[in-house]
Amino acid sequence: MAYISSGVACSHVPALGVASDKGITGDDYYGPIFKGFEFSKEWMEKEKPDVVFLVYNDHCTAFDARVIPTFALGCGTEYVPADEGWGPRPVPVVKGHRNLSAHIAQSLILDEFDITIMNEMEVDHGLTVPMTMMFGQPDEWPCPVVPLAVNVVQYPAPLGRRCFALGKAIRRAIESYGEDLKVCVFGTGGMSHQLQHKRAGLINAEWDARFMDLLVNEPDKGSQIEHIEYLREAGSEGIELVMWYVMRGALNDNVEEIHRFYHVPASNTAVGHLILENR
Amino acid sequence: MSKPYSDIPGTIVFDSDQAAEGYYLNQFCISLRLADNRELFRADPEGYIDQYPMTAGQRNAALNQEWNLLLELGGNIYYTSKLAAYHGINFQQLAGLMTGMGEDYRAMMVGGGRSIEGNRYQSEWEDE
Ligand SMILES: [Fe+2]
Repeated sequence: MAYISSGVACSHVPALGVASDKGITGDDYYGPIFKGFEFSKEWMEKEKPDVVFLVYNDHCTAFDARVIPTFALGCGTEYVPADEGWGPRPVPVVKGHRNLSAHIAQSLILDEFDITIMNEMEVDHGLTVPMTMMFGQPDEWPCPVVPLAVNVVQYPAPLGRRCFALGKAIRRAIESYGEDLKVCVFGTGGMSHQLQHKRAGLINAEWDARFMDLLVNEPDKGSQIEHIEYLREAGSEGIELVMWYVMRGALNDNVEEIHRFYHVPASNTAVGHLILENR
Repeated sequence: MSKPYSDIPGTIVFDSDQAAEGYYLNQFCISLRLADNRELFRADPEGYIDQYPMTAGQRNAALNQEWNLLLELGGNIYYTSKLAAYHGINFQQLAGLMTGMGEDYRAMMVGGGRSIEGNRYQSEWEDE
């Protein structure tokens, strides 16, 4: 049967993709960030998941204002990196796992999570930047990906506790899939940041540290964090962090924190990263 | 609809009301994601923008690059940033413009960003 072995939390700042694509990951600005992910790439080589289940948000790329699904599951055979206005990132096409996606879609809906099914979907930096941070620059990504896009652009994003419950349903779905597959779940986005209006540039390192502590050790409590707290304390775009709770819900109650990294800034954003293994 | 976030200073939460007001403005902005549309806009800015039935205020703000006003009139940063990119302005430069900090913005970020202290409530800004 398929099973979930580990979870990764990772910011998806577009500038990190640009730094990787331009080969400036060793400079004074980006060097410390990419150094924080060296451990992660080595860990990933040993972990060798068969599939990555990747929770991210689309930034008006696959979905503009016409259609705004709260949860959209990729069910395609491949996902092409999109042109976000500066040309597509020069990274491999992301291969899907259509059979696993189909199984998860059916399982989730019967489990009362009425997700949207995407048979074709372009993917933006929200998905490709975490792939780069965890896998580097291979010619082909080493495993297929099942993407889950979450609306965090138009308020309200789904509540943290709803994301946490969805993670648990995703776990039930994966564990009822017949094939032997080792799955690693990514939750992406964050940490504290605000990109807009006069308060742009907000960073709240203390809040971010507490958020990570709760996520790892007291997720029942942390998943209750209200939207107003995200908006006020972590910035208007920091609300992306609810997506980390989908990942956390898919893991055991008890996890081991294998790696934690935090850095300010990448562009406008605090970069946060965790690797969690099921205990 | 209660809006507990309306007392956060310097922040426009892109909620359903803002999204409804800004729909055509945002669809105009996002159309500039594609190179073909950028060319059409460059060739005839007014003709191009008039395909989107936005308000006169939104139209002026878009043509005059009034970044904060665009957000106040229903724009969302992930959309308006595409209009900024069309003008060669990246996210960090755009933040410099919206905060009125210009070049100092980058230095603030390198120094750890804008502190949360004094930036939680509108009342903290009005005291200044
Ligand atoms: Fe994002």
